Amino acid sequence: MASRAAIYRGMMWKGRSWAIGSRSMSSWWSNVEPAPKDPILGVTEAYLADPSPHKVNVGVGAYRDDNGKPVVLECVREAERRIAGNLNMEYLPMGGSIKMIEESLKLAYGEDSEFIKDKRIAAVQSLSGTGACRLFADFQKRFLPDSQIYIPLPTWANHHNIWRDARVPQQTFRYYHPESRGLDFASLMEDFKNAPNGSFFLLHACAHNPTGVDPSEEQWREISHLFKVKNHFPFFDMAYQGFASGDPERDAKAIRIFLEDGHLIGCAQSYAKNMGLYGQRVGCLSLLCEDEMQAVAVKSQLQQIARPMYSNPPLHGAHIVSIILSDPDLKSLWLKEVKVMADRIIGMRKALRENLEKLGSPLSWEHITNQIGMFCYSGMTPDQVDRLTNEFHIYMTRNGRISMAGVTTGNVAYLANAIHEVTKST
Amino acid sequence: MASSVAPLALSASAAAIRENPKRIGVGKRGGNLFFKGKAFGRVSLAVAVNVSRFESVTMAPPDPILGVSEAFKADTSDVKLNLGVGAYRTEELQPYVLNVVRKAENLMLERGENKEYLPIEGLAAFNKVTADLLFGANNPVIQQGRVATVQSLSGTGSLRLAAAFIQRYFPDAKVLISSPTWGNHKNIFNDARVPWSEYRYYDPRTVGLDFDGMLADIKAAPDGSFVLLHGCAHNPTGIDPTPEQWNKIADVIQEKNHIPFFDVAYQGFASGSLDTDAYSVRLFVERGLELLVAQSYSKNLGLYAERIGAINVVCSSSDAAARVKSQLKRLARPMYSNPPVHGARIVANVVGDPTLFNEWKQEMELMAGRIKNVRQRLFDYLSQKDKSGKDWSFILKQIGMFSFTGLNKAQSDHMTNKWRVYMTKDGRISLAGLSLSNCEYLADAIMDSFHNVS
Repeated sequence: MASRAAIYRGMMWKGRSWAIGSRSMSSWWSNVEPAPKDPILGVTEAYLADPSPHKVNVGVGAYRDDNGKPVVLECVREAERRIAGNLNMEYLPMGGSIKMIEESLKLAYGEDSEFIKDKRIAAVQSLSGTGACRLFADFQKRFLPDSQIYIPLPTWANHHNIWRDARVPQQTFRYYHPESRGLDFASLMEDFKNAPNGSFFLLHACAHNPTGVDPSEEQWREISHLFKVKNHFPFFDMAYQGFASGDPERDAKAIRIFLEDGHLIGCAQSYAKNMGLYGQRVGCLSLLCEDEMQAVAVKSQLQQIARPMYSNPPLHGAHIVSIILSDPDLKSLWLKEVKVMADRIIGMRKALRENLEKLGSPLSWEHITNQIGMFCYSGMTPDQVDRLTNEFHIYMTRNGRISMAGVTTGNVAYLANAIHEVTKST
Repeated sequence: MASSVAPLALSASAAAIRENPKRIGVGKRGGNLFFKGKAFGRVSLAVAVNVSRFESVTMAPPDPILGVSEAFKADTSDVKLNLGVGAYRTEELQPYVLNVVRKAENLMLERGENKEYLPIEGLAAFNKVTADLLFGANNPVIQQGRVATVQSLSGTGSLRLAAAFIQRYFPDAKVLISSPTWGNHKNIFNDARVPWSEYRYYDPRTVGLDFDGMLADIKAAPDGSFVLLHGCAHNPTGIDPTPEQWNKIADVIQEKNHIPFFDVAYQGFASGSLDTDAYSVRLFVERGLELLVAQSYSKNLGLYAERIGAINVVCSSSDAAARVKSQLKRLARPMYSNPPVHGARIVANVVGDPTLFNEWKQEMELMAGRIKNVRQRLFDYLSQKDKSGKDWSFILKQIGMFSFTGLNKAQSDHMTNKWRVYMTKDGRISLAGLSLSNCEYLADAIMDSFHNVS
């Protein structure tokens, strides 16, 4: 690196007098390497650059309608109409929109949750799910500096980045069972048992990303019980409430089970998918505390972490969420719309599986309909994925994760055919 | 360690519960949390209650700046002034949404744009206009693609990204910050684990710039330090270097191989002119220096709550700019993945449309003009009323939203306690929160606090 810089300087400045102390043409940033492309967001970039008319994007987890178009929900448009050009833009409090937080807690903890009544939940508006996880990770580092985080294997790639940049050491626990393309429950429980008492665990509340594999209700109850025995701390990342089954109450079942069992949980919520507010960056981080006083203290500390990161969170998306959730008609419209999205995905899962079976694939594709949420862990290898991209212009992440949101009645047959082609000789 | 403490607490509480089921659990605050659970019967008594991990979490102190507004709101007096946070108010002391912003929002609504994720670096249209605005579209650094621009969460977010970048690539470097500076600067560098030290800036004797002290401290710092400079309208003092002084500062920075790091939160808002307020940044760029600039649209476009700004890194080559940009993205991804779209679209629409852009410039002149008028009125009252011969002209010399009154902490507290004037403890008042009709009251309060309290 150093010699390259020297050669560059030599070539460019031969014969020129070089002012002492002038750094005009050499750079401070010579040791800055180009960062690797983000594995998920990089897929869309590659897709966009592809000129093929057949290309299919089943990479990033953003919902598309049956025409492959992004969707802005009607309830969102209506909320926007109500606020456009009217509202002032004053800073939100550091903890974010009180209204939005109230509504978010009702959604996650239950409309009539006693914890809300008793004001035991420390909650702040966050920069969607990422921001909620990051705030928690920084909080964990600050107040429990010796703790670690146990993350499922596999998980959303950015989870690793978040806790790493927060400098909280990570461990993984087994989760996915490749042979069945389902949950490796026995290993999961074993890992929970073997972890030291009082460990911190990241759990996906519903619609596990990237596998789509969720524990059953009974399995959640067993996990909750074991967590009590081991005194583990459950941190739920809930990015798909409503989006998984179509019913937000049902999708919050795992959290409710843990709450019933007396756990003091943490929860990251996102409105990116279930309200289609991706680019608005709206979410909520909450921590259930022993009592109101503790909740107030914890909230104040969360704000203290947010202040030097971004001072206070963005208004627009939070406003949309508050309006929708606090207006009975709009909320009811939202529930309908979220069900439509979830149903479309479920429909595409069925279609993809049926197509593959019709093609006479030697493999089992049951997992496509067993799994839930936006993603399907296909079981394909990186090489097979590369073939899909290079030969068929189908874009997805190399771990074999298919974003079902990108599947349409128009492309499902093409997709099935391509998958069949690259897997039939397995 | 959490795991070693918890079992002890657990067994103690388990024993307590077995002995007497009604007894409150361990933990300082007590609270019978376990028995509040509905499904208590499901769990055997051998499994004990969850004491919170966060027992030891104490209440954080109120934010010195944002906390002021909260205190103001809680005050029920008839006469009270909020001169705390720097958010512009009209003469009627109402928040102001710029007309161009309303227009842009309506346009956006009509177009029905989608809400897809922005790329990690933000909205391309925004990044282009923001760099053009700052450096001038014809600036060679822009023409040559030598600026890495990443949309960020207003000024704070831009500073934080830059700080994280400094920590990662210059782990031994220090940032020099002015004494005083915006309160959150220190928090940002602390949380990013970047060491900092202060350079003299404010001279209480003149209520002006301690220029010699500033240069001396910048010179004394180790070579290759980052020097945080306020591009215009220094916060909290309102005291800016003159063009000649900026030139001398650039000389010293070049001599010492320091890296200039500009915080530009008031471009256009200070003097009323976007170009005038960008003078210092453009001067340094012209010198061929690599530098960083954090921008914010909170004040100049009134977009406070939308959190829109950018971090710009001027590099010596387009290759370096590309690499730097990629690493800034890598820092942003685990913080918030990608930035919020709404504010970015507003800026892109306003700046990108010639009609709206001109209208914006007019609105900005109005805002800056109101502040100048209020300064004049306040100065007039103070000069009139104060027979001590004290020179209050610094109020006119200072620029931007803030004025450093020279009041100390005790005097500032007196302002609040007796006069219900809410300001920060460093003696800073936000003129944006002052109306012409309140100037006399404020003048009285300042004089009383200055002369009668030590």
